[in-house]
Amino acid sequence: MAGEKKGLQLLDFWVSPFGQRCRIALAEKGLPYEYLEQDLRNKSELLRRSNPVHKKIPVLLHGGRPVCESLIIVQYIDEAFPAEPGLLPADPYARAQARFWADYVDKKLYDCGTRLLKLKGEPQQQARAEMLEILRTLDGALGDGKFFGGEAFGFADVALAPFTAWFLTYERHGEFSVEKECPRLVAWAKRCGERESVAKNLPPPEKVYEFVAGMKKRFGIE
Amino acid sequence: MAGGGDLKVLGVWTSPFVIRVRIVLNLKGLAYEYAEEDLGNKSALLLGSNPVNKTVPVLLHGGRPVNESQVIIQYIDEVWAGSGPAVLPRDPYERAVARFWAAYVDDKVGSAWTGMLFRCRNEEERAAAVARADEALRTLEGALGECSGGEKPFFGGDGIELVDVVLGGYLGWFAAIDRIIGRKLIDPARTPLLAAWEQRFRAADAARGVVPDDVDKVLAFLQTLLAIGSNK
Repeated sequence: MAGEKKGLQLLDFWVSPFGQRCRIALAEKGLPYEYLEQDLRNKSELLRRSNPVHKKIPVLLHGGRPVCESLIIVQYIDEAFPAEPGLLPADPYARAQARFWADYVDKKLYDCGTRLLKLKGEPQQQARAEMLEILRTLDGALGDGKFFGGEAFGFADVALAPFTAWFLTYERHGEFSVEKECPRLVAWAKRCGERESVAKNLPPPEKVYEFVAGMKKRFGIE
Repeated sequence: MAGGGDLKVLGVWTSPFVIRVRIVLNLKGLAYEYAEEDLGNKSALLLGSNPVNKTVPVLLHGGRPVNESQVIIQYIDEVWAGSGPAVLPRDPYERAVARFWAAYVDDKVGSAWTGMLFRCRNEEERAAAVARADEALRTLEGALGECSGGEKPFFGGDGIELVDVVLGGYLGWFAAIDRIIGRKLIDPARTPLLAAWEQRFRAADAARGVVPDDVDKVLAFLQTLLAIGSNK
């Protein structure tokens, strides 16, 4: 069948950094897939059926079988399609480091970011302080490396790269400069942005800012 | 026994995250040195090995630290792929399903667990956390049923695997919570498959001596943890 897409479909939402991780991974592996934008205010039957536990995107469907949770999807893509490039390194200790940092991003960044964007006053200042700590920790972990794993773009980079599109939004709400606080992280973000897989799959930072402004208006947060 | 004096675990005896790592080491037949940490006075080794999160468990392999329990488990499974049973399935799709349920356990059961014991400021909040635990356990009952049509003894099938050890690590605490709330969280009447699973899991060689079974001791330990928490 012409244009056969190896039976891959991605249920996603355009601005979701979690969905973008999957798009980046699929692009890195050169895997064609069908992108299915979801209406999160009116969830489709397909989404509800594919992720009955959480009813959230992203969901990867492979031959109709669903894989849920973005980092689980990325690992699945790496393991089910083992041809190069490998998203995780071969050495188990290096793999453990990559998984640790991906898990760190997962546990810390989005929730702290959400608080930074939604809250005001003292709670927002608290979130701002936490965000700076998270970014500095990531900057430190990166060190002078090209990517988190060293020379090769990999799992931890995929986990974090989508959030680079949120830096502008975090900066404006927190009144800080990521470049000033974490120059190595910003340089890393530029290197990621030079990769086609990232450049083609991240929205412009201004669009993310507009989206957040729109959401705040909708929920009456000023 | 494999391991060769090369493995050390920094832990706390009641931690679900530590217990699961120790069970996996047992499953793999690996010898290791265990060091109990005082969470009110963390060792230099712990703080140096896990500077980012400063938590247990830490696995030291030839002195190199591996942190985060599910990361540690996958590391052990990969390094000692030849020894003992596989802790994660080999098939990529089955691995994704196992990882999904392991993440679910720590997300839903884990947050309810902290809610039931450490974060509640009154009985109302505790009850709300218990309700969340009930819901998570109901979902896991369904998952266990689906896993093997209710025919196999463990989430992993015939043997203990990732989801089993991740959930199993909470059992010592569940028994203590049962005493606090006056009924069983894993109740044979509500979640029969899980109740049967619990008996089998507790009886497994790899779990014995590692899953706490003295409720009084666990409850006494809870008081020390709460005291540490309030002194932060």
